Amino acid sequence: MSKKISLILRQTCNLIIPAVLLYALYVQFHGDYGPGGGFQAGVIFAAAVILYTLVHGREKAQRIFPASIIRIFVALGLLLYAAVGVITMVMGGNFLDYSVLLHAPQHAQHLGIFVIELGVGVTVAAVMIIIFYALDEYSD
Amino acid sequence: MLADYYNYWVVIILMMIGFYIVISDANLIKKIIGLTIFQTSVFILFISMGKVDGGTAPILVDTLTVYSNPLPHVLILTAIVVGVATTALGLAIIARIHRAYGSVDENVIHAQDEKQEKA
Amino acid sequence: MGIETIINLSLLTLLALSAIVLMRLQNLLAVVLLSGIYSLLSAGLFVSLDAVDVAFTEAAVGAGLTTILLLGAIAIIGKEQTVSRHGKLLPLVVIAITASALIYGTLDMPIFGDPTAPIHAYVAPRYLFQSGEEIGIPNVVTSVLASYRGYDTLGEVAVVFTAAIGVLLLLGKPNK
Repeated sequence: MSKKISLILRQTCNLIIPAVLLYALYVQFHGDYGPGGGFQAGVIFAAAVILYTLVHGREKAQRIFPASIIRIFVALGLLLYAAVGVITMVMGGNFLDYSVLLHAPQHAQHLGIFVIELGVGVTVAAVMIIIFYALDEYSD
Repeated sequence: MLADYYNYWVVIILMMIGFYIVISDANLIKKIIGLTIFQTSVFILFISMGKVDGGTAPILVDTLTVYSNPLPHVLILTAIVVGVATTALGLAIIARIHRAYGSVDENVIHAQDEKQEKA
Repeated sequence: MGIETIINLSLLTLLALSAIVLMRLQNLLAVVLLSGIYSLLSAGLFVSLDAVDVAFTEAAVGAGLTTILLLGAIAIIGKEQTVSRHGKLLPLVVIAITASALIYGTLDMPIFGDPTAPIHAYVAPRYLFQSGEEIGIPNVVTSVLASYRGYDTLGEVAVVFTAAIGVLLLLGKPNK
């Protein structure tokens, strides 16, 4: 997939990709108030990276998002999620019972949901990118 | 009568089309697509059951009181993402099968296997 | 019949039509692209059934990512694949029996949109009317996903993680 593609297509994608990345972050952090959340944000983020890979080739994409680092993020998101559960247990609550994290239960719920959605987003984005890299590498 | 059960019946039609593709088509990629059709039909079944007449999307606003049931939405939301992950796994297996047999057609693969057993 | 019902019925009909065409198509590339359209149609249906979060996910995942992954797989195996079929009669008999059993089952189900259906009786009112106080965020789907059913979601993320490990084991090269 490293064939040169037309200038117009390349420049249009260059225009779109930052907007898509920004939108992924919006979806990630606005999931409490409107439709959205970690799952959708992760997929949208991965879509931007995949678009970049399709347009500029795998080598250039892997200079920005190296496969070895993405692999670490695959595990990191899940660990972040599970760590929240362990922390709530250490602080005297049940597993993933966020109410004990802060003094006001509602604020604690906000914090807990924010962190675990971040974990979900990181894992889903990293998994989708790594799967695409693997398929792309295999097709050579 | 028709509008009351239309969702369920279309779900069954989609489910059966997916099922038919899985059992009758020999091409492995098409089998995967059949599975995704089957999967989507199950999603539609769940979401249809959560719909309430006159309800809106379950995002709380002061001026509204009737919402559709959020529970099926949660279950299906996660199922969609898990579905794409398992589809990717299936495609990876198909890629390996293609390397080993040079084909993704079930009939060709069976024929090669039988030839190998005889030899 | 309200406008909502008409949209619902026409989207369902379009879905059924595209699935029938999918079943009959032989060209793999066309099948993959049509399956993307099928996903987008179902995302539209989810919006009309009030499941905005699900529609969002389906549009991003089904119409976007799944199509890209399928195209990637076709790039690996080549699109000049023979598409042959097994016999037609036995599968038709099997799905006819299954379909009639399922349709018989639907006659017992609560009618579409019935607010007194059992599914709306137990936990749903609690999620809808107390999550505002207990969790304090407007999107009930996010409260249920991340807080009430956080344990469940942890499992789902673990499944996605495991799938990635599986794909890497099947296709990946050793780390340099």
